[in-house]
Amino acid sequence: MPQHRPAPNDNPWAASDEEPIVRVENVTKTFGNTYAVDDISLNIHRGEFFSLLGASGCGKTTLLRMLGGFETPTSGRIFIDGQDVTHVPPYERPINMMFQSYALFPHMTVAQNIAFGLKQDRMPSLHIRERVSEMMALVQIEKLANRKPHQLSGGQRQRVALARALAKHPKILLLDEPLGALDKKLREQTQFELVNIQERLGITFIVVTHDQEEAMTMSSRIALMHEGRIEQVDTPRRMYEFPISRYAAGFIGSVNLFHGHVVEHNNDMVLIRSDEAGADLLVHHSQPLLSGMEITVAVRPEKIIVREQRNDEPNHLHGVIQEIAYLGDVSIYHIELASGKRVQFTQSNVQALAEQPLTWGQEVALSWNPYSCGVLSQ
Amino acid sequence: MLKRYPLLIVMLILGYLFLYMPIVSLVIYSFNESRLVTVWSGFSTKWYVELFNNKPLLNAAATSIKIAALNATAAIVLGTLAALALVRFRQSRGHKSLGVMVTAPLVMPEVIIGLSLLLLFVAMEDLIGWPQGRGLTTILLAHITFSMAYVTVVVQSRLAHMDRSIEEAALDLGAKPLKVFFTITLPMIAPSLLAGWLLAFTLSLDDLVIASFVSGPGSTTLPMVVYSSVRLGVSPEINALATIIIAIVSTAVLIAGVIMYRQEMNKQKRL
Repeated sequence: MPQHRPAPNDNPWAASDEEPIVRVENVTKTFGNTYAVDDISLNIHRGEFFSLLGASGCGKTTLLRMLGGFETPTSGRIFIDGQDVTHVPPYERPINMMFQSYALFPHMTVAQNIAFGLKQDRMPSLHIRERVSEMMALVQIEKLANRKPHQLSGGQRQRVALARALAKHPKILLLDEPLGALDKKLREQTQFELVNIQERLGITFIVVTHDQEEAMTMSSRIALMHEGRIEQVDTPRRMYEFPISRYAAGFIGSVNLFHGHVVEHNNDMVLIRSDEAGADLLVHHSQPLLSGMEITVAVRPEKIIVREQRNDEPNHLHGVIQEIAYLGDVSIYHIELASGKRVQFTQSNVQALAEQPLTWGQEVALSWNPYSCGVLSQ
Repeated sequence: MLKRYPLLIVMLILGYLFLYMPIVSLVIYSFNESRLVTVWSGFSTKWYVELFNNKPLLNAAATSIKIAALNATAAIVLGTLAALALVRFRQSRGHKSLGVMVTAPLVMPEVIIGLSLLLLFVAMEDLIGWPQGRGLTTILLAHITFSMAYVTVVVQSRLAHMDRSIEEAALDLGAKPLKVFFTITLPMIAPSLLAGWLLAFTLSLDDLVIASFVSGPGSTTLPMVVYSSVRLGVSPEINALATIIIAIVSTAVLIAGVIMYRQEMNKQKRL
């Protein structure tokens, strides 16, 4: 059985000694009786592409607006580059923001929009002109310099907003749903462009998004938020492979969850008895667990291997194929186990028009590697 | 389409007649030779000449225009501030009562406004010696009081539809709040300011009731002169004056229309 142990630490940000560029300390924000942000602490490091991910109403935009200075925390403090900015107004912060609506100034041309921030700094007009054309080249909108915002398409407006926010070379750029208003094709293309620009300029990007795919594609790290709290902060890879809660597992990608209790735990291997699964499950887990503890095993659909013959080793489940969905690149299968629990697994369609090896009503055996699944205690 | 529905054409013509017959007859009779307004006795421009020799009438017109312009300017400033307070500080205490109080003059009968202001001015003169007597100042103050309500409503609706994040973006780019107001907010609400100014100007130029209450000797506005002279019988001079005002107003409306049409065409061309 091939065993791929995860690297002990593939998270370069966890062990950094450097002063983080953003330090959020126990920040809470209430509106009336509702907690929009509930006691969040967070460090973001220089040069990161950091995403605040979550469903709408989870507090991610409120947190971003507090970083920008548009909301004041009810309690807690925010440091930027070592300086306490909790009560510093937006026009004195070394931060710029790209707004979800782009917020372009409708009575100014593209060039005037980009120059606005530089003019506030009383930069000489020659330098302003240089910087403006440099920014327009960066986002490839040189030809639009004299257009007004209402003469631009959605994608062009997005570029102008980006150029305007980057023009002052801020230490941090905040982006509120930067790709939310673009159509799917343009969004995918722009994701990579944003990452390229971020790498080229070395500016720390903090992005708010509700789209998990977007966060996975672009981020160095993701903070998953839920009901005003941070559920998990991790690299996209660790976030997917090692979610720490059922919510995190379910929010990013699909997951199969089996409830059970710990039978024994030795040599970093946990044996879990699950009536739902109808078999004992073996999971690699290095933190100690107590016998008898209620626990959930999480398995991603693509980690499941299908065999036709029965086997009574751990992690072998038996069921009947109920549903098949062909999506082009992969097919999704729904299996019903003897307990009535439904399990989802996916297979890549490697060969075109290959004879379907699996079909409705067929009895199959499922299994997975103990290193390819996780246990969730919350 | 109109050809198929003759009734529609008839209705249209009747509608236009209803709206414009009085104005057209007024214009025609301003060129009447006769002193009797209802008897046509030949074409003449003599009432226009007489009009320009009628000093009291011209003075009243000048007074009215002066008051209207000052009133509109002051009402724009106060009305915009009130609108900002109403739209931007929704959470603040007293927000609702401010909204009601600012717009109360919209629904208050003019007679009551005029009377109450007169009483106020008299009481104030007794107490603090200002305003001294009734005159330009009191008419202006009275006009600002009710014009401001209209301006507030006009500017408020524009502000309420404005995307707040545009101002936040300006703050974010380093502009202080006052600068944001002058470089971003004002240009964006400029059309509503212009509309509000014109509205306030017209309301003031138009007002007879309130001005009658708070005016004093030597501060007669045009509507007051027109009204008092009509009571002695309609003079063709008034017709001439009305014709001039109509000409000025329709020219202004025409020019505004042409400018707006050109802008619209340019917008479409560039798109």
